[in-house]
Amino acid sequence: MNSTTPLTVGDHPHASFPEGVELDCGVTLAPVDIAYCTYGQLSPQKDNAILICHAFTGDQYVAEKHPLTGKPGWWERMVGPGKPIDTNRFFVICSNVLGGCMGSTGPRSPRTDGQGAPGELWGTAFPPITIRDMVRAQHKLVHSLGIERLFAVVGGSMGGMQVLEWAVTYPQMMLAVMPIATAPFHSAQNIAFNEVGRQAIIADPDWRGGRYWEADVVPARGLAVARMMAHITYLSEEALTRKFGRRMRRGPASGQGPEGPVSTFGDIFEVESYLRYQGSSFVRRFDANSYLSITRAMDWFDIAADHDGELTPAFAGTAVRFCVVSFSSDWLFPTSAARTLARALNRAAANVSFVEIETDKGHDAFLLDEPDFDRTVRGFLCGVAEHAGLS
Amino acid sequence: MRLDQRLIADMIEPRTRVLDIGSGDGTLIGHLYRERGCDARGIELNMELVTRSVAHGLPVVHGDADHDLAYYPDHSFDYVVLQRTLQAVERPREVLRQMLRIGRYAIVSFPNFGHWQLRLRLLLGGCMPMTAVWHTPWYETPNIHPCTIRDFLELCRKDGYIVEKWLAVDEDGERAPWRRSIRLANLFGEQALFLLRRR
Repeated sequence: MNSTTPLTVGDHPHASFPEGVELDCGVTLAPVDIAYCTYGQLSPQKDNAILICHAFTGDQYVAEKHPLTGKPGWWERMVGPGKPIDTNRFFVICSNVLGGCMGSTGPRSPRTDGQGAPGELWGTAFPPITIRDMVRAQHKLVHSLGIERLFAVVGGSMGGMQVLEWAVTYPQMMLAVMPIATAPFHSAQNIAFNEVGRQAIIADPDWRGGRYWEADVVPARGLAVARMMAHITYLSEEALTRKFGRRMRRGPASGQGPEGPVSTFGDIFEVESYLRYQGSSFVRRFDANSYLSITRAMDWFDIAADHDGELTPAFAGTAVRFCVVSFSSDWLFPTSAARTLARALNRAAANVSFVEIETDKGHDAFLLDEPDFDRTVRGFLCGVAEHAGLS
Repeated sequence: MRLDQRLIADMIEPRTRVLDIGSGDGTLIGHLYRERGCDARGIELNMELVTRSVAHGLPVVHGDADHDLAYYPDHSFDYVVLQRTLQAVERPREVLRQMLRIGRYAIVSFPNFGHWQLRLRLLLGGCMPMTAVWHTPWYETPNIHPCTIRDFLELCRKDGYIVEKWLAVDEDGERAPWRRSIRLANLFGEQALFLLRRR
Protein backbone atom coordinates (compact mmCIF):
# COMPACT_ATOMS: atom_id res chain seq x y z
CA MET A 1 0.00 0.00 0.00
CA ASN A 2 1.22 3.46 -0.87
CA SER A 3 2.11 5.45 2.24
CA THR A 4 -0.29 8.22 1.30
CA THR A 5 -3.25 5.94 0.65
CA PRO A 6 -6.01 7.09 2.99
CA LEU A 7 -6.94 4.58 5.62
CA THR A 8 -10.55 3.59 5.42
CA VAL A 9 -12.85 1.77 7.74
CA GLY A 10 -16.38 0.50 7.37
CA ASP A 11 -18.97 2.24 9.43
CA HIS A 12 -18.30 4.40 12.46
CA PRO A 13 -21.11 4.13 15.04
CA HIS A 14 -23.33 7.13 14.43
CA ALA A 15 -26.73 8.75 14.87
CA SER A 16 -28.69 9.97 11.84
CA PHE A 17 -30.82 13.08 11.80
CA PRO A 18 -32.98 13.17 8.66
CA GLU A 19 -34.23 16.66 9.50
CA GLY A 20 -30.63 17.86 9.43
CA VAL A 21 -29.13 20.96 10.99
CA GLU A 22 -29.90 24.58 10.21
CA LEU A 23 -26.54 26.20 9.65
CA ASP A 24 -25.42 29.74 10.45
CA CYS A 25 -25.03 30.35 6.71
CA GLY A 26 -28.77 29.86 6.24
CA VAL A 27 -28.57 26.48 4.55
CA THR A 28 -30.26 23.47 6.12
CA LEU A 29 -27.90 20.57 5.81
CA ALA A 30 -29.97 17.38 5.71
CA PRO A 31 -29.68 14.61 6.47
CA VAL A 32 -26.86 14.74 9.00
CA ASP A 33 -24.92 11.83 10.48
CA ILE A 34 -23.00 12.34 13.70
CA ALA A 35 -20.51 9.62 14.58
CA TYR A 36 -19.86 9.20 18.28
CA CYS A 37 -18.47 7.03 21.05
CA THR A 38 -19.65 6.65 24.63
CA TYR A 39 -17.96 5.33 27.76
CA GLY A 40 -19.42 4.42 31.14
CA GLN A 41 -23.08 4.14 32.05
CA LEU A 42 -25.77 6.79 31.93
CA SER A 43 -27.34 6.97 35.39
CA PRO A 44 -31.09 6.32 35.73
CA GLN A 45 -31.53 10.04 36.52
CA LYS A 46 -29.49 10.83 33.40
CA ASP A 47 -27.52 13.39 35.35
CA ASN A 48 -23.95 12.13 34.91
CA ALA A 49 -23.24 12.77 31.23
CA ILE A 50 -20.08 14.61 30.20
CA LEU A 51 -19.69 15.72 26.61
CA ILE A 52 -16.10 15.91 25.42
CA CYS A 53 -15.42 18.12 22.41
CA HIS A 54 -12.41 17.14 20.35
CA ALA A 55 -9.78 19.45 18.92
CA PHE A 56 -9.31 20.29 15.24
CA THR A 57 -7.79 17.03 14.01
CA GLY A 58 -9.11 14.85 16.82
CA ASP A 59 -12.14 12.62 16.61
CA GLN A 60 -14.63 10.67 18.69
CA TYR A 61 -12.18 7.90 19.65
CA VAL A 62 -11.26 9.58 22.90
CA ALA A 63 -10.57 6.58 25.09
CA GLU A 64 -10.19 3.50 22.94
CA LYS A 65 -7.89 2.14 20.27
CA HIS A 66 -8.44 4.06 17.06
CA PRO A 67 -9.99 1.77 14.42
CA LEU A 68 -7.91 3.34 11.63
CA THR A 69 -4.56 4.14 13.10
CA GLY A 70 -4.49 1.48 15.81
CA LYS A 71 -3.19 4.12 18.22
CA PRO A 72 -4.59 4.64 21.74
CA GLY A 73 -7.45 7.11 22.15
CA TRP A 74 -6.33 10.72 22.11
CA TRP A 75 -7.30 11.39 25.73
CA GLU A 76 -6.97 7.94 27.26
CA ARG A 77 -4.81 9.35 29.99
CA MET A 78 -7.70 11.65 31.03
CA VAL A 79 -10.80 9.55 30.33
CA GLY A 80 -11.44 6.06 31.67
CA PRO A 81 -12.15 4.06 34.82
CA GLY A 82 -10.45 5.82 37.73
CA LYS A 83 -9.07 8.55 35.47
CA PRO A 84 -9.70 12.26 36.15
CA ILE A 85 -12.82 12.04 33.98
CA ASP A 86 -13.86 8.82 35.65
CA THR A 87 -16.04 6.57 33.52
CA ASN A 88 -16.96 4.57 36.62
CA ARG A 89 -18.86 7.64 37.65
CA PHE A 90 -19.60 9.60 34.49
CA PHE A 91 -21.17 8.74 31.16
CA VAL A 92 -18.83 10.22 28.58
CA ILE A 93 -19.90 11.16 25.06
CA CYS A 94 -17.60 12.31 22.30
CA SER A 95 -18.74 12.94 18.74
CA ASN A 96 -16.91 13.67 15.53
CA VAL A 97 -17.56 17.30 14.62
CA LEU A 98 -19.85 18.32 11.79
CA GLY A 99 -17.55 18.81 8.81
CA GLY A 100 -15.20 16.13 10.09
CA CYS A 101 -14.04 12.99 8.31
CA MET A 102 -14.45 10.23 10.87
CA GLY A 103 -18.05 9.32 10.16
CA SER A 104 -19.90 12.60 10.70
CA THR A 105 -21.37 14.48 7.74
CA GLY A 106 -18.65 16.53 6.10
CA PRO A 107 -17.07 17.40 2.75
CA ARG A 108 -16.33 13.72 2.12
CA SER A 109 -20.03 12.79 2.45
CA PRO A 110 -22.31 12.35 -0.58
CA ARG A 111 -23.82 15.58 -1.74
CA THR A 112 -27.45 16.00 -0.65
CA ASP A 113 -28.42 19.38 -2.10
CA GLY A 114 -29.75 17.86 -5.31
CA GLN A 115 -26.96 19.34 -7.38
CA GLY A 116 -24.01 17.61 -8.99
CA ALA A 117 -23.87 14.16 -10.52
CA PRO A 118 -25.46 11.20 -8.70
CA GLY A 119 -23.12 9.91 -6.00
CA GLU A 120 -20.98 13.02 -6.11
CA LEU A 121 -19.31 14.06 -2.86
CA TRP A 122 -19.66 17.51 -1.29
CA GLY A 123 -16.02 18.48 -1.55
CA THR A 124 -15.61 22.24 -1.57
CA ALA A 125 -19.35 22.64 -2.23
CA PHE A 126 -19.94 21.62 1.40
CA PRO A 127 -21.76 24.55 3.04
CA PRO A 128 -19.60 26.77 5.23
CA ILE A 129 -19.93 25.67 8.83
CA THR A 130 -19.22 27.38 12.14
CA ILE A 131 -18.29 26.21 15.61
CA ARG A 132 -21.90 26.89 16.59
CA ASP A 133 -23.11 24.60 13.81
CA MET A 134 -20.92 21.85 15.24
CA VAL A 135 -22.49 22.50 18.65
CA ARG A 136 -26.01 22.43 17.20
CA ALA A 137 -25.30 18.99 15.78
CA GLN A 138 -23.91 17.81 19.15
CA HIS A 139 -27.00 19.19 20.84
CA LYS A 140 -29.16 17.02 18.59
CA LEU A 141 -27.06 14.01 19.48
CA VAL A 142 -27.28 14.67 23.23
CA HIS A 143 -31.02 15.16 22.94
CA SER A 144 -31.40 11.92 20.99
CA LEU A 145 -29.65 10.08 23.83
CA GLY A 146 -32.47 11.22 26.12
CA ILE A 147 -30.25 13.61 28.09
CA GLU A 148 -31.92 16.87 29.08
CA ARG A 149 -29.01 18.32 30.97
CA LEU A 150 -25.32 17.49 30.72
CA PHE A 151 -23.23 17.35 33.83
CA ALA A 152 -20.36 19.07 32.01
CA VAL A 153 -18.93 19.95 28.62
CA VAL A 154 -15.14 19.66 28.39
CA GLY A 155 -12.70 20.28 25.58
CA GLY A 156 -9.34 21.72 24.60
CA SER A 157 -8.25 23.96 21.72
CA MET A 158 -11.01 23.91 19.09
CA GLY A 159 -12.83 21.65 21.57
CA GLY A 160 -12.64 24.57 24.00
CA MET A 161 -14.27 26.82 21.42
CA GLN A 162 -17.16 24.36 21.23
CA VAL A 163 -17.32 24.32 25.03
CA LEU A 164 -17.68 28.11 25.10
CA GLU A 165 -20.26 27.99 22.33
CA TRP A 166 -22.23 25.44 24.36
CA ALA A 167 -22.17 27.72 27.39
CA VAL A 168 -23.40 30.67 25.33
CA THR A 169 -25.94 28.91 23.10
CA TYR A 170 -27.40 26.38 25.55
CA PRO A 171 -26.64 27.79 29.02
CA GLN A 172 -29.41 25.73 30.64
CA MET A 173 -28.01 22.50 29.21
CA MET A 174 -25.10 21.91 31.59
CA LEU A 175 -23.92 22.42 35.15
CA ALA A 176 -20.30 23.14 34.29
CA VAL A 177 -17.87 23.70 31.46
CA MET A 178 -14.11 23.38 31.12
CA PRO A 179 -12.70 25.44 28.24
CA ILE A 180 -9.05 24.35 28.02
CA ALA A 181 -6.17 25.89 26.04
CA THR A 182 -8.59 27.99 24.08
CA ALA A 183 -9.73 31.57 23.47
CA PRO A 184 -13.01 33.46 23.08
CA PHE A 185 -12.04 34.30 19.50
CA HIS A 186 -9.53 33.13 16.92
CA SER A 187 -6.61 35.56 16.79
CA ALA A 188 -5.15 37.12 13.65
CA GLN A 189 -2.02 35.02 14.17
CA ASN A 190 -4.04 31.83 14.31
CA ILE A 191 -6.03 32.77 11.22
CA ALA A 192 -2.68 33.44 9.53
CA PHE A 193 -1.37 29.98 10.40
CA ASN A 194 -4.59 28.39 9.16
CA GLU A 195 -4.29 30.29 5.90
CA VAL A 196 -0.78 28.98 5.28
CA GLY A 197 -2.08 25.46 5.79
CA ARG A 198 -4.97 25.99 3.43
CA GLN A 199 -2.74 27.50 0.75
CA ALA A 200 -0.40 24.53 0.97
CA ILE A 201 -3.32 22.19 0.31
CA ILE A 202 -4.79 24.29 -2.50
CA ALA A 203 -1.37 24.64 -4.17
CA ASP A 204 -0.96 20.86 -4.37
CA PRO A 205 -1.77 19.82 -8.00
CA ASP A 206 -3.41 16.70 -6.57
CA TRP A 207 -6.00 18.83 -4.83
CA ARG A 208 -7.61 19.30 -8.27
CA GLY A 209 -9.94 22.13 -7.27
CA GLY A 210 -11.16 20.07 -4.35
CA ARG A 211 -12.28 17.18 -6.56
CA TYR A 212 -9.31 14.93 -5.85
CA TRP A 213 -11.49 11.90 -5.14
CA GLU A 214 -12.46 11.77 -8.83
CA ALA A 215 -8.87 10.89 -9.72
CA ASP A 216 -8.52 8.64 -6.68
CA VAL A 217 -5.71 10.74 -5.23
CA VAL A 218 -5.29 12.98 -2.21
CA PRO A 219 -3.30 16.23 -2.00
CA ALA A 220 -0.84 14.44 0.24
CA ARG A 221 2.06 16.86 -0.08
CA GLY A 222 -0.05 19.94 0.60
CA LEU A 223 -1.88 18.34 3.48
CA ALA A 224 1.39 17.08 4.97
CA VAL A 225 2.97 20.54 4.76
CA ALA A 226 -0.11 22.04 6.41
CA ARG A 227 0.16 19.51 9.20
CA MET A 228 3.91 20.04 9.65
CA MET A 229 3.45 23.77 9.97
CA ALA A 230 0.49 23.43 12.33
CA HIS A 231 2.36 20.90 14.43
CA ILE A 232 5.10 23.44 15.15
CA THR A 233 2.45 25.76 16.59
CA TYR A 234 1.28 23.01 18.94
CA LEU A 235 4.72 22.76 20.54
CA SER A 236 7.06 25.27 22.10
CA GLU A 237 10.65 26.24 21.51
CA GLU A 238 11.65 24.61 24.81
CA ALA A 239 9.83 21.40 23.93
CA LEU A 240 11.44 21.23 20.48
CA THR A 241 14.88 21.88 21.97
CA ARG A 242 14.36 19.29 24.68
CA LYS A 243 13.07 16.64 22.26
CA PHE A 244 15.32 17.23 19.26
CA GLY A 245 17.88 19.95 19.85
CA ARG A 246 20.19 20.10 16.83
CA ARG A 247 20.58 16.36 16.59
CA MET A 248 20.93 14.94 13.08
CA ARG A 249 19.90 11.76 11.45
CA ARG A 250 21.86 10.07 8.65
CA GLY A 251 19.95 10.40 5.42
CA PRO A 252 20.16 7.84 2.59
CA ALA A 253 22.34 10.17 0.49
CA SER A 254 24.72 10.80 3.33
CA GLY A 255 28.42 10.44 2.80
CA GLN A 256 29.69 12.78 5.41
CA GLY A 257 33.39 13.40 5.64
CA PRO A 258 35.37 15.57 8.01
CA GLU A 259 34.60 18.61 5.87
CA GLY A 260 30.87 18.33 6.56
CA PRO A 261 27.90 17.20 4.57
CA VAL A 262 28.49 16.48 0.90
CA SER A 263 24.93 17.19 -0.09
CA THR A 264 22.64 19.92 1.21
CA PHE A 265 19.85 17.57 2.21
CA GLY A 266 21.74 14.33 2.64
CA ASP A 267 21.49 14.38 6.40
CA ILE A 268 18.45 15.83 8.07
CA PHE A 269 17.81 17.20 11.51
CA GLU A 270 15.81 15.04 13.88
CA VAL A 271 13.16 17.72 14.07
CA GLU A 272 12.70 17.59 10.28
CA SER A 273 12.35 13.85 10.37
CA TYR A 274 9.78 14.12 13.15
CA LEU A 275 7.70 16.68 11.27
CA ARG A 276 7.82 14.63 8.06
CA TYR A 277 6.53 11.65 9.97
CA GLN A 278 3.76 13.75 11.52
CA GLY A 279 2.82 15.04 8.06
CA SER A 280 2.79 11.67 6.33
CA SER A 281 0.83 9.85 9.01
CA PHE A 282 -1.72 12.66 9.10
CA VAL A 283 -2.63 12.51 5.41
CA ARG A 284 -3.75 8.93 5.78
CA ARG A 285 -6.39 9.72 8.35
CA PHE A 286 -7.55 13.23 7.52
CA ASP A 287 -9.49 14.62 4.58
CA ALA A 288 -8.09 17.74 2.89
CA ASN A 289 -11.48 19.36 2.34
CA SER A 290 -12.38 18.75 5.98
CA TYR A 291 -9.15 20.55 6.82
CA LEU A 292 -10.32 23.53 4.79
CA SER A 293 -13.87 23.53 6.20
CA ILE A 294 -12.90 23.16 9.84
CA THR A 295 -10.04 25.66 9.84
CA ARG A 296 -12.46 28.17 8.32
CA ALA A 297 -14.98 27.45 11.10
CA MET A 298 -12.27 28.17 13.66
CA ASP A 299 -11.32 31.41 11.93
CA TRP A 300 -14.89 32.65 12.17
CA PHE A 301 -15.11 31.85 15.85
CA ASP A 302 -15.68 35.00 17.91
CA ILE A 303 -18.09 34.79 20.84
CA ALA A 304 -18.20 38.57 21.29
CA ALA A 305 -18.98 39.25 17.63
CA ASP A 306 -22.45 37.79 18.14
CA HIS A 307 -23.01 40.13 21.10
CA ASP A 308 -22.14 43.55 19.67
CA GLY A 309 -18.44 43.00 20.18
CA GLU A 310 -18.74 42.48 23.94
CA LEU A 311 -17.77 39.24 25.61
CA THR A 312 -19.46 39.72 28.98
CA PRO A 313 -23.10 39.99 27.73
CA ALA A 314 -22.67 36.61 26.04
CA PHE A 315 -22.43 35.09 29.53
CA ALA A 316 -24.86 37.42 31.35
CA GLY A 317 -26.81 35.68 34.07
CA THR A 318 -25.17 32.31 33.49
CA ALA A 319 -25.52 29.73 36.23
CA VAL A 320 -22.88 27.50 34.64
CA ARG A 321 -19.69 26.89 36.63
CA PHE A 322 -16.60 27.60 34.54
CA CYS A 323 -13.08 26.26 34.87
CA VAL A 324 -10.76 28.03 32.44
CA VAL A 325 -7.37 26.33 31.98
CA SER A 326 -4.33 27.61 30.09
CA PHE A 327 -0.75 26.41 29.77
CA SER A 328 2.19 28.72 30.36
CA SER A 329 4.14 27.84 27.18
CA ASP A 330 1.10 27.74 24.86
CA TRP A 331 1.65 30.51 22.33
CA LEU A 332 -1.20 29.46 20.03
CA PHE A 333 -3.86 30.01 22.71
CA PRO A 334 -1.85 31.97 25.26
CA THR A 335 -2.74 32.58 28.89
CA SER A 336 -3.56 36.19 28.04
CA ALA A 337 -6.54 34.95 25.98
CA ALA A 338 -7.70 32.74 28.85
CA ARG A 339 -7.34 35.67 31.24
CA THR A 340 -9.48 37.84 28.96
CA LEU A 341 -12.11 35.12 29.09
CA ALA A 342 -11.86 34.70 32.87
CA ARG A 343 -12.18 38.45 33.42
CA ALA A 344 -15.21 38.67 31.12
CA LEU A 345 -16.78 35.85 33.12
CA ASN A 346 -16.03 37.69 36.37
CA ARG A 347 -17.72 40.74 34.91
CA ALA A 348 -20.76 38.58 34.23
CA ALA A 349 -20.63 37.48 37.91
CA ALA A 350 -20.17 33.89 36.73
CA ASN A 351 -18.76 31.23 39.01
CA VAL A 352 -15.32 30.86 37.48
CA SER A 353 -12.07 29.15 38.29
CA PHE A 354 -8.99 30.03 36.27
CA VAL A 355 -5.78 28.05 36.35
CA GLU A 356 -2.59 28.41 34.34
CA ILE A 357 -0.61 25.19 34.33
CA GLU A 358 3.16 25.67 34.36
CA THR A 359 4.67 23.58 31.56
CA ASP A 360 7.16 23.80 28.70
CA LYS A 361 5.12 21.53 26.41
CA GLY A 362 3.22 24.23 24.54
CA HIS A 363 -0.35 24.00 23.28
CA ASP A 364 -0.28 20.19 23.15
CA ALA A 365 0.25 20.07 26.93
CA PHE A 366 -3.46 19.43 27.43
CA LEU A 367 -3.00 16.05 25.75
CA LEU A 368 0.19 15.16 27.63
CA ASP A 369 1.27 14.14 31.09
CA GLU A 370 0.61 17.15 33.34
CA PRO A 371 -0.23 16.01 36.88
CA ASP A 372 -1.40 19.49 38.00
CA PHE A 373 -3.81 19.58 35.07
CA ASP A 374 -5.14 16.11 35.93
CA ARG A 375 -5.73 17.20 39.53
CA THR A 376 -7.49 20.35 38.33
CA VAL A 377 -9.87 18.40 36.06
CA ARG A 378 -10.65 15.79 38.69
CA GLY A 379 -11.06 18.31 41.50
CA PHE A 380 -13.21 20.71 39.52
CA LEU A 381 -15.59 17.95 38.42
CA CYS A 382 -15.79 16.62 42.01
CA GLY A 383 -16.52 20.14 43.25
CA VAL A 384 -19.34 20.52 40.72
CA ALA A 385 -20.79 17.14 41.74
CA GLU A 386 -20.57 18.13 45.42
CA HIS A 387 -22.28 21.44 44.73
CA ALA A 388 -25.03 19.73 42.74
CA GLY A 389 -25.52 17.17 45.49
CA LEU A 390 -24.53 14.25 43.26
CA SER A 391 -22.93 11.33 45.00
CA MET B 1 -7.86 27.21 60.08
CA ARG B 2 -5.93 30.10 61.61
CA LEU B 3 -7.62 31.79 64.53
CA ASP B 4 -7.87 35.11 62.72
CA GLN B 5 -9.56 33.31 59.83
CA ARG B 6 -12.05 31.95 62.33
CA LEU B 7 -12.70 35.49 63.53
CA ILE B 8 -13.30 36.52 59.92
CA ALA B 9 -15.62 33.57 59.35
CA ASP B 10 -17.59 34.63 62.42
CA MET B 11 -18.22 38.03 60.86
CA ILE B 12 -19.86 36.44 57.81
CA GLU B 13 -23.53 35.54 57.71
CA PRO B 14 -24.36 32.04 56.46
CA ARG B 15 -25.54 31.57 52.87
CA THR B 16 -24.05 34.82 51.61
CA ARG B 17 -21.78 35.57 48.64
CA VAL B 18 -18.13 35.98 49.60
CA LEU B 19 -15.05 36.93 47.59
CA ASP B 20 -11.73 36.20 49.31
CA ILE B 21 -8.84 38.15 47.78
CA GLY B 22 -5.65 36.25 48.42
CA SER B 23 -7.48 33.06 49.21
CA GLY B 24 -4.26 31.06 49.70
CA ASP B 25 -4.89 27.34 49.88
CA GLY B 26 -8.64 27.99 50.03
CA THR B 27 -9.07 27.23 53.75
CA LEU B 28 -11.45 30.12 54.44
CA ILE B 29 -13.61 29.77 51.32
CA GLY B 30 -13.69 25.98 51.78
CA HIS B 31 -14.95 26.49 55.33
CA LEU B 32 -17.51 29.11 54.30
CA TYR B 33 -18.77 26.95 51.45
CA ARG B 34 -18.94 23.61 53.24
CA GLU B 35 -19.88 24.70 56.79
CA ARG B 36 -21.80 27.92 56.22
CA GLY B 37 -23.46 27.33 52.84
CA CYS B 38 -21.84 30.44 51.36
CA ASP B 39 -21.17 31.00 47.67
CA ALA B 40 -17.50 31.62 48.42
CA ARG B 41 -14.96 32.32 45.69
CA GLY B 42 -11.29 33.23 45.71
CA ILE B 43 -8.59 35.19 43.93
CA GLU B 44 -5.02 34.04 44.48
CA LEU B 45 -1.71 35.09 42.95
CA ASN B 46 0.29 31.96 43.74
CA MET B 47 -0.54 29.53 40.94
CA GLU B 48 0.35 26.47 42.99
CA LEU B 49 -2.24 27.49 45.59
CA VAL B 50 -4.80 28.26 42.86
CA THR B 51 -4.36 24.80 41.40
CA ARG B 52 -4.58 23.21 44.83
CA SER B 53 -7.81 25.09 45.58
CA VAL B 54 -9.45 24.21 42.25
CA ALA B 55 -8.35 20.61 42.71
CA HIS B 56 -10.31 20.71 45.96
CA GLY B 57 -13.39 21.81 44.05
CA LEU B 58 -13.20 25.47 45.08
CA PRO B 59 -13.80 28.30 42.59
CA VAL B 60 -10.56 30.28 42.53
CA VAL B 61 -9.13 32.46 39.79
CA HIS B 62 -5.53 33.41 39.27
CA GLY B 63 -5.18 37.13 39.87
CA ASP B 64 -4.42 39.81 42.44
CA ALA B 65 -6.02 42.67 44.34
CA ASP B 66 -4.44 45.44 42.29
CA HIS B 67 -5.30 44.18 38.82
CA ASP B 68 -8.37 41.99 38.92
CA LEU B 69 -10.96 43.62 41.16
CA ALA B 70 -11.92 46.07 38.42
CA TYR B 71 -13.39 43.15 36.46
CA TYR B 72 -16.06 42.35 39.04
CA PRO B 73 -19.46 44.02 38.73
CA ASP B 74 -20.89 46.37 41.38
CA HIS B 75 -22.61 44.76 44.39
CA SER B 76 -21.88 41.23 43.18
CA PHE B 77 -20.86 39.98 46.64
CA ASP B 78 -22.06 40.44 50.21
CA TYR B 79 -18.55 40.30 51.65
CA VAL B 80 -15.15 40.95 50.10
CA VAL B 81 -12.27 39.73 52.27
CA LEU B 82 -8.62 40.82 52.18
CA GLN B 83 -6.49 38.96 54.72
CA ARG B 84 -3.11 40.32 55.82
CA THR B 85 -2.45 41.79 52.40
CA LEU B 86 -3.48 45.46 52.41
CA GLN B 87 0.07 46.56 53.28
CA ALA B 88 1.46 44.69 50.26
CA VAL B 89 -0.80 45.96 47.48
CA GLU B 90 0.24 48.70 45.08
CA ARG B 91 -2.73 50.99 45.75
CA PRO B 92 -4.39 50.21 49.09
CA ARG B 93 -6.89 53.04 48.86
CA GLU B 94 -8.06 51.91 45.41
CA VAL B 95 -8.25 48.29 46.56
CA LEU B 96 -10.50 49.31 49.46
CA ARG B 97 -12.63 51.36 47.10
CA GLN B 98 -12.98 48.37 44.76
CA MET B 99 -13.81 46.04 47.65
CA LEU B 100 -16.67 48.26 48.78
CA ARG B 101 -17.85 48.72 45.21
CA ILE B 102 -18.03 44.96 44.65
CA GLY B 103 -19.25 44.00 48.12
CA ARG B 104 -21.73 45.29 50.64
CA TYR B 105 -19.13 44.71 53.36
CA ALA B 106 -15.35 44.62 53.29
CA ILE B 107 -13.41 42.56 55.79
CA VAL B 108 -9.80 43.71 56.02
CA SER B 109 -6.98 42.48 58.19
CA PHE B 110 -3.45 43.88 58.27
CA PRO B 111 -0.42 43.87 60.53
CA ASN B 112 -0.39 46.95 62.73
CA PHE B 113 2.74 49.08 62.25
CA GLY B 114 1.85 51.02 65.40
CA HIS B 115 2.73 48.09 67.69
CA TRP B 116 4.95 49.17 70.61
CA GLN B 117 7.81 46.85 69.66
CA LEU B 118 8.12 48.50 66.25
CA ARG B 119 7.96 51.97 67.75
CA LEU B 120 10.55 51.08 70.36
CA ARG B 121 12.97 49.50 67.93
CA LEU B 122 12.85 52.40 65.56
CA LEU B 123 13.26 54.85 68.45
CA LEU B 124 16.10 53.06 70.18
CA GLY B 125 17.83 51.25 67.33
CA GLY B 126 17.32 53.81 64.59
CA CYS B 127 16.86 51.02 62.07
CA MET B 128 13.79 49.64 60.29
CA PRO B 129 12.26 47.39 62.93
CA MET B 130 12.27 43.62 62.52
CA THR B 131 9.83 41.52 64.55
CA ALA B 132 8.03 38.21 64.26
CA VAL B 133 5.31 39.92 62.20
CA TRP B 134 7.59 42.27 60.23
CA HIS B 135 10.35 39.85 59.49
CA THR B 136 11.73 40.79 56.09
CA PRO B 137 14.42 43.47 55.70
CA TRP B 138 13.38 46.74 54.10
CA TYR B 139 15.11 45.93 50.81
CA GLU B 140 13.18 42.69 50.36
CA THR B 141 9.84 43.27 51.98
CA PRO B 142 6.67 43.04 49.89
CA ASN B 143 5.04 45.26 52.53
CA ILE B 144 5.29 48.56 50.71
CA HIS B 145 2.34 50.28 52.43
CA PRO B 146 2.53 49.61 56.16
CA CYS B 147 0.03 51.49 58.30
CA THR B 148 -1.16 51.71 61.87
CA ILE B 149 -4.67 51.15 63.15
CA ARG B 150 -5.08 54.91 63.52
CA ASP B 151 -3.88 55.51 59.97
CA PHE B 152 -6.40 53.02 58.70
CA LEU B 153 -9.26 54.57 60.65
CA GLU B 154 -8.31 57.96 59.26
CA LEU B 155 -8.52 56.61 55.69
CA CYS B 156 -11.94 55.08 56.43
CA ARG B 157 -13.12 58.45 57.75
CA LYS B 158 -11.75 60.27 54.74
CA ASP B 159 -13.35 57.88 52.22
CA GLY B 160 -16.61 57.61 54.12
CA TYR B 161 -16.54 53.96 55.18
CA ILE B 162 -18.40 52.93 58.28
CA VAL B 163 -16.53 50.66 60.70
CA GLU B 164 -19.09 48.08 61.76
CA LYS B 165 -16.68 46.05 63.87
CA TRP B 166 -13.02 46.08 64.64
CA LEU B 167 -10.67 43.85 66.58
CA ALA B 168 -7.01 43.89 67.47
CA VAL B 169 -5.50 40.47 67.64
CA ASP B 170 -2.07 39.08 68.33
CA GLU B 171 -0.05 37.20 65.74
CA ASP B 172 -1.69 33.85 66.50
CA GLY B 173 -5.10 35.45 66.05
CA GLU B 174 -6.00 35.50 69.74
CA ARG B 175 -8.31 38.37 70.46
CA ALA B 176 -6.40 41.09 72.27
CA PRO B 177 -8.23 42.82 75.10
CA TRP B 178 -7.90 46.34 73.73
CA ARG B 179 -11.44 46.54 72.52
CA ARG B 180 -12.33 49.78 74.25
CA SER B 181 -9.35 51.92 73.40
CA ILE B 182 -8.05 52.51 69.92
CA ARG B 183 -4.91 54.04 71.43
CA LEU B 184 -4.14 50.87 73.37
CA ALA B 185 -5.09 48.63 70.47
CA ASN B 186 -2.78 50.61 68.23
CA LEU B 187 0.02 50.11 70.75
CA PHE B 188 -0.53 46.46 71.64
CA GLY B 189 -2.38 44.88 68.71
CA GLU B 190 -0.18 42.96 66.29
CA GLN B 191 -2.91 42.45 63.71
CA ALA B 192 -6.02 44.49 63.09
CA LEU B 193 -9.30 43.21 61.70
CA PHE B 194 -12.04 45.48 60.37
CA LEU B 195 -15.55 44.97 59.08
CA LEU B 196 -16.46 47.97 56.91
CA ARG B 197 -19.47 48.98 54.93
CA ARG B 198 -20.40 51.78 52.58
CA ARG B 199 -22.17 54.76 53.98
